[in-house]
Amino acid sequence: MSPRSSTQDPWWVKALVLSLVAVFLSLILVLPLVSVFAEALRQGLGPALEAMSTPDAIASIKLTLLTAAVAVPFNIVFGVAAAWAVAKHEFWGKSLLISLIDVPFSVSPVVAGLIYVLIFGSHGWFGSWLIDHNIKIIFAVPGIMLATLFVTFPFVARELIPLMQEQGVDEEEAAASMGAGGWTTLWRVTTPNIRWGLLYGVLLCNARAMGEFGAVSVVSGHIRGLTNTMPLHVEILYNEYDFVGAFSVAALLCLLSILTLILKGLLEMLQPQVRRAGH
Amino acid sequence: MTISIRSVEKQFARYPALRGVSLEVQPGELLALLGPSGSGKTTLLRIIAGLEFPEAGQVAFDDQDVTFASAAARKVGFVFQQYALFRHMTVAKNIAFGLDVRKAKDRPARAEINRRVEELLGLVELGGLGGRYPAQLSGGQRQRVALARALAVSPQVLLLDEPFGALDATVRKSLRKELRRIHNATGVTTIFVTHDQEEALDLADRVAILNQGSIEQVGTPQEVYDQPASAFVCSFVGETNRFDGAVSGGRFVCGSVSLAVDCADGPKTAFVRPHDLVVAPDGFEAQIVRVTAQGPVIQIEAHTASDQPIEISLSRQEAGSIAVGQTLRLAARKIHLFDPVD
Repeated sequence: MSPRSSTQDPWWVKALVLSLVAVFLSLILVLPLVSVFAEALRQGLGPALEAMSTPDAIASIKLTLLTAAVAVPFNIVFGVAAAWAVAKHEFWGKSLLISLIDVPFSVSPVVAGLIYVLIFGSHGWFGSWLIDHNIKIIFAVPGIMLATLFVTFPFVARELIPLMQEQGVDEEEAAASMGAGGWTTLWRVTTPNIRWGLLYGVLLCNARAMGEFGAVSVVSGHIRGLTNTMPLHVEILYNEYDFVGAFSVAALLCLLSILTLILKGLLEMLQPQVRRAGH
Repeated sequence: MTISIRSVEKQFARYPALRGVSLEVQPGELLALLGPSGSGKTTLLRIIAGLEFPEAGQVAFDDQDVTFASAAARKVGFVFQQYALFRHMTVAKNIAFGLDVRKAKDRPARAEINRRVEELLGLVELGGLGGRYPAQLSGGQRQRVALARALAVSPQVLLLDEPFGALDATVRKSLRKELRRIHNATGVTTIFVTHDQEEALDLADRVAILNQGSIEQVGTPQEVYDQPASAFVCSFVGETNRFDGAVSGGRFVCGSVSLAVDCADGPKTAFVRPHDLVVAPDGFEAQIVRVTAQGPVIQIEAHTASDQPIEISLSRQEAGSIAVGQTLRLAARKIHLFDPVD
């Protein structure tokens, strides 16, 4: 028997584990992704592009991008603030705040949507007041924004809290002892240390904001060209047996996600010294 | 600058960390806060730095009350046990931080900051490493950077929390010398926390010994070693043999150990340092179980006739041709007697 190190497994174990992973990944990840693009291009590139450029499709793309553009900055600000408060400070009600941040993860998105209908809908708590003042939230763009904010709420904060807790407060205390104020410390010491965690949280948040279906579906009202996001548009086209159209918009949604991943890779490459330093 | 700590008290949850600590640190002094873990020494240092605030008592810098002044306002340099270097900044940026964050009107010109950084890198003997990141340095180098960074703002006080705690023994010794040299070069009032009594005695002008949130003794290394104020100080600083017994008629007796003392009768705890035990024909008996020669000193482990283990240090001449199994007769050159302790 040839000598081998203690961490070296027999070849057949490696082969078994690797093929299991390969099969699993192909079935769950690769196959669906490929089929989306295959279905979209079934009748060639022309019809696919056509399906993406109908006025309704373009309106849904715009609405989806707008939703993400609102949800992501909100999440960055809220997520950093919440994580900073939770990880670096002691205060009364801290565990309550942590539990609240997790609520969107534990509540079904459909229920979340219904809550907003209950509050802001025409028969809801603020319904008559909103009608009197001619403000439309449910079955309109603001409702979609609210629902998306709700479901994406925890992403950045949840990503940052463990990271910031692990980093501790030593560097902040060092900054304070050298005369740096709170804002200076936050900008020059705390934020640079969390930028990769933040980037990852933003990507997750962005993906969810663009892809959210349940909560948005309840509050949207499915008005074509007005309150349909891309996932809702895909569903409508699919239910109308317009498979090429549905898969084309779905493929575009996939491309947007892939684009964010590429963007992340590029950003990481632009900062080589940080990775060399081990973070 | 004189640092006055007056009756400072601090609690964590319901556990008292400091119980009425008072201490005066003289300008230019190098003072060690020595104690076992949980004695409150780090808490005291953090209160001086403004990183913690006391529940009662006062902290004054040159008679100016700073008890509740922020860390930023106190102008202290603080060196953390785990260095706490800014990992995303180069060494030079780390050192310049305290100057960089000043308001524009107080901030030195860029060239001036660079000159200061170079000067400090030279002081801690890290010239040429300004462009590195902390992760690319060894532990000892990181601690030097932390020291340079703390000195960059020309602090009135330099505070070090277990500065050599995370380093190996050789680096620790050389950095200790380094700190002494830097202290002499800058003259800045320095307080450092340590649980290593050898480090405290070796480095400090004066040592404050803490136990369970109170100061047991403050004095020069020689004072705390030769004239310990309490049983705790005696057993914590330096090696000792401890005997729990009683004094009667001018002799301290504990089992088979009998020593001449000048003390009133009553139960006592006696401490005798290994090198204060001498060979004497009329002394108590001890049987040798182990002999080790460490340079000029012979270390002997022995058992008394009442089976108590003791340690003895003899010079080579005194020891002569000593061997395991032999019986020595011993007397004490010096005995530290305290009321019984548990």
